[in-house]
Amino acid sequence: MNDAVSTTLVALALLATFGSAAAALPADRYPRLLGGLAFPLLGVAGAASLAVALWLLLGPGAGFTVQLPLGLPWLHWRLRLDPLAGFFLGIIGIVVVAVSLYGPGYVRGYRHGPYSLALLGLATGLFVAGMQLVVLADDAFSFMIAWELMSVASYLLVAYEHQESANRRAAFLYLLMAQAGALLILLGFGVLAGFAGEFTFAAMRTTTLPPVWASLAFALALLGFGMKAGLVPLHAWLPEAHPVAPSHVSALMSGVMLKVAVYGFVRFVFDLLGELRWEWGVVLLLAGSISALYGVLYALVQHDLKRLLAYHSVENIGIIFIGLGLAAIFFGNGLPALGVLGLVAALYHTLNHALFKSLLFLGAGALIQRGHERDLEQMGGLIRRMPWTALFFLVGCISISALPPFNGFVSEWLTFQAALQAPALDSGVLRMVIPATAAMLALTGALAAACFVKVYGTAFLGQARSRHMRRARETSRGLLAAQGLLAALCLLFGVLPTTTVAALGRVTASLTGHAVAAATRQGWLWLTPVSPAAASYSAPLVLLGVAIALGVWGAVWLGLRSRRKRRPVPRTLAWECGFGAIGPRMQYTATAFAMPIRQIFRPVWRLHEEPVREMDPRLPTRPLQLGYRLHAEDLFWNLLYRPIERLLHGAARRVGQIQTGHLRHYLAYSFLTLVVLLWLIT
Amino acid sequence: MADHLSPLAWLLALAQTALFVAIAPLFASWVKRVKSRLQNRCPPPLLQPYRDLRRLFAKEVLLAETASPVFRVAPYVVCGTAVLAASVIPLVLVAIPMAAMADVIVLVGLFALGRFFLALAALDVGTPFGGMGASREMTVAALAEPAMLMVVFTLAMVASSTNLSTIILHTLQQPLALRPSLLLALLALLLIGIAETGRIPVDNPATHLELTMIHEALILEFSGRHLALMELAAQVKLTIYAVLVANLFAPWGIAAQPGAGALLFAAAALAAKLALFGALLAGAETAVAKMRLFRVATFLAVAFTLALIGMLSFVILEAPA
Amino acid sequence: MSGYLQLPLLEQAILTLAALVLVSSFALLAQSRVVATIHVFAWQGVLLALTTALVASDSGLYHLYLSAALTLVLKALFIPWLLVRQARRLGILRDFDAVLRPGVTLLAAGAVVIFCYAVAQPVERFSRTLTHDAIALSLAVVMLGMLMLVTRRKAITQVVGFMALENGLFFAAVTATHGMPMVVELGIAFDVLVAAIIFGIFFFHIRDSIDTLDVDQLNRLSESDR
Repeated sequence: MNDAVSTTLVALALLATFGSAAAALPADRYPRLLGGLAFPLLGVAGAASLAVALWLLLGPGAGFTVQLPLGLPWLHWRLRLDPLAGFFLGIIGIVVVAVSLYGPGYVRGYRHGPYSLALLGLATGLFVAGMQLVVLADDAFSFMIAWELMSVASYLLVAYEHQESANRRAAFLYLLMAQAGALLILLGFGVLAGFAGEFTFAAMRTTTLPPVWASLAFALALLGFGMKAGLVPLHAWLPEAHPVAPSHVSALMSGVMLKVAVYGFVRFVFDLLGELRWEWGVVLLLAGSISALYGVLYALVQHDLKRLLAYHSVENIGIIFIGLGLAAIFFGNGLPALGVLGLVAALYHTLNHALFKSLLFLGAGALIQRGHERDLEQMGGLIRRMPWTALFFLVGCISISALPPFNGFVSEWLTFQAALQAPALDSGVLRMVIPATAAMLALTGALAAACFVKVYGTAFLGQARSRHMRRARETSRGLLAAQGLLAALCLLFGVLPTTTVAALGRVTASLTGHAVAAATRQGWLWLTPVSPAAASYSAPLVLLGVAIALGVWGAVWLGLRSRRKRRPVPRTLAWECGFGAIGPRMQYTATAFAMPIRQIFRPVWRLHEEPVREMDPRLPTRPLQLGYRLHAEDLFWNLLYRPIERLLHGAARRVGQIQTGHLRHYLAYSFLTLVVLLWLIT
Repeated sequence: MADHLSPLAWLLALAQTALFVAIAPLFASWVKRVKSRLQNRCPPPLLQPYRDLRRLFAKEVLLAETASPVFRVAPYVVCGTAVLAASVIPLVLVAIPMAAMADVIVLVGLFALGRFFLALAALDVGTPFGGMGASREMTVAALAEPAMLMVVFTLAMVASSTNLSTIILHTLQQPLALRPSLLLALLALLLIGIAETGRIPVDNPATHLELTMIHEALILEFSGRHLALMELAAQVKLTIYAVLVANLFAPWGIAAQPGAGALLFAAAALAAKLALFGALLAGAETAVAKMRLFRVATFLAVAFTLALIGMLSFVILEAPA
Repeated sequence: MSGYLQLPLLEQAILTLAALVLVSSFALLAQSRVVATIHVFAWQGVLLALTTALVASDSGLYHLYLSAALTLVLKALFIPWLLVRQARRLGILRDFDAVLRPGVTLLAAGAVVIFCYAVAQPVERFSRTLTHDAIALSLAVVMLGMLMLVTRRKAITQVVGFMALENGLFFAAVTATHGMPMVVELGIAFDVLVAAIIFGIFFFHIRDSIDTLDVDQLNRLSESDR
């Protein structure tokens, strides 16, 4: 029962994406093609994906299953659209639409550079196509092909500005970890296919695995998809690769690709593996909590804006996995109604993170394009130079700090409500561990708010700390439109949680057979996850309250407008203890802002502090240059990655000893092989 | 749900919010009075904060040259979220429609929103004092969050709900019991309240030394009606924490139904509870000295530990099955 | 959960005091001043004596009153006085024994409590005493005493940790079986007293040998060459 509308829309989306890639090929000779044809086609693809999602989740749409004559003769590609795939297609669609609005203005900066525009357009198109195909894939073969397409295309984009050696290093690390993750995922599919007998998801869904093999498959999926999603300790590529890519690609990678990894994990564990064990849920819960806390603590000590945002992605993926862990614990203990709550919370946060992280990366790209500076310590005062960017970035900051009435708050509230259902469990240990992890989640949220006060305060408020920032201009309309769209959606998903939860209910119903009836029973105004007496949140009314409060003051402000025109509010110097005017260097820096937290959580980082102290040789008490630089090295480099690297090098060296260079040894090898083969024949 | 959504209920709730905001300066003044008496000083008149607010509203606003729209919007957001938070808490009447609109977690979120804008406004002016105050305030708030959530969890596990009205009704309907979990949660909430409202030993609300300020440094640049709104917001926040402690842990006297007699009795009971609590707070502030900032981390860790043991004793002692 | 509300006020008070004993155990872990450590230990003794007295009045086992009195005199008054006197003589009373990594210690303590709960569940099911829920807490007090022994550097705070461990054992006896035979109790009480006195003597010897009471420096006493 294939739905014609959804089939057409998906076909349109895929064709438009491939078309965008193809249209970018002549862009080296005709640069206008990139902004004029490739990005608009990408926008069409995004809009079609979004339309499919709305049709499927809010409208009367049903999915489809189709078998394409591509691939191996006995293993054709199967594509399937069900509510889960539709939801993730929607996420891809929204961000791609925003990127297509943003792209034309942004890539103009590369027009006169040494890098190939054709490659940029081609790789972006293939990247999006790969993500869409991963979400639609219905058998392991096409899934892996689409996954690799996604990885390789994104590698080309990460390595785009390849003339800097740091960028090449980051891209190599990214490719290495992507391949390692893909190998683990392939092994996981291999376990499933071994028991199912064939590679299609339909067959895998109906087989039951013995418990040991199921846990092995779970572990492989967690490591493989976790590596792509950025779970600690497999996250090392994230803070290296995301800052290096062009900003619209960073938005796609952080906002969408990590979500596709989450999709892969949800599809594998919640759909294909069948029966969930609660022990897996505990593993997910712990992995998620550690990732969340680790990510936010590392983000606090960064002063490179994009690296900071990359660490926040690690944090938010941790929060998503906390929701998934709670869901698995409840499902494993036979409480499907509560498990669905955890799943809804995780999926809602997936959507929210895609929106506000893309918004923040696009905003960061705008700042970097206009200010030519990635370091927070050189920015400042941009709210006066780039007011619209500042407004949209503020919306992003408020959303990611999980503050009402924006969307980040709703998904955190749902996660807390899911954790609060812990008393329904039998096991006392779980009933104590779950609130403890929820407290860690609260700490994470509060630290994230502190971090974004730091980011916004240092970048936009105060006075400009460098020359470029003093003369930065507002960005072009396309970039502003993209950010405005995402900011509006952040607000929309914050005030319409009940409708979104109802839509997500369709997703969970198709995955697990249970919907979220209780959550939406009171109508669109109230979100009541368990029951009205237990907890309810009415986001529109909270917004109304905030709006009324602001409206009252707005009316007063308008009323006094005429009086203020005659006598504007007088401006004066800020309080500086009477020492005279305050210069930009006297403001708090980003590093200074995070200092108390750095003192309190000191063991978490490996901090390298470089104080610079150059005194005048003629007068030793007069300083010529005083400075301070802080660099935080990831703890897991020395704990995990360097030992693995040493192990691999050691093993490679030992194997390399076979190559002795002596002719007699090589002849001896041939002789030995001949002897062994003859012996085997007998 | 529909029964307490009638227009009368909304009107009563709005009246209750107005009462809340009206008594907030009075409560702050009472605490100051008791503290002055304990320190052998002559206290200011009880109604002085109202006079201060009226004076500040009449004064003109002076903005720093570097102030941006964020600075101008911040007082309205801070005061607005404080008043909105106050509207969510049952003061003299248990069943209010706003409690269905926002539960305890939303309350914490509203405080966080106000604090976010407060810190941004401090950074906006570009002075080192603003940066210092913002940095310290966000650190203290970050450390207080897990403790606050653990208290919320303990309360929610006892009452099976995060809705404030439901929690209070639950305590009213149960027989009087000595529960270790609620006792420890109460102690933790007292410590958290001291940290969040910026009282001694975390922060001195009456200090003039910029290097020792946390909350005061954030409002250093405000003047005129902006300063009035900030002061009012701080007083409302203090009253909110006092009312939370009084009504969540000792709610006897609160009106379950909206009747004139019940409401008056509830108001009297609340006044007595707030007077007692204010006197205890003033006594504690006089007895203890202010801690340095990095000791505040230990202070909040104590609060978190108490709340954690409260939650653990709930599972181990009170609901082992 | 309604089961807890059905209990009489006396039993609720006993369980509340049990929770407060656990709080004092956490407080012992977190204290860095030697004086404060000894005072918290004394308060733990008071709480234990109070708990035992209430259990005695509720269950009607009057020998527990004697246990309570013994605990009060010995653990809340005499041994703290002895420790303070020794510390003052050694000049270490006003010292600090900084807690290594307080955050990790706190998390470890929480994990220990959860672990003790998991371990004590089968035991709790078999016990018929009214305080059987508190067996997990008493086991946790023992483990936290051991944790204190591990995380401290100065000898005197380690002695307090050892005493706290013994407190936990006594508490476990009260909650699991409503006390031990009187002979056993008296024997253990005198053993603890003797241990406290001998520790005091040893402090002087250790300090004479290595000029410090930091137990990490005790490795200087080894005979092997470094």
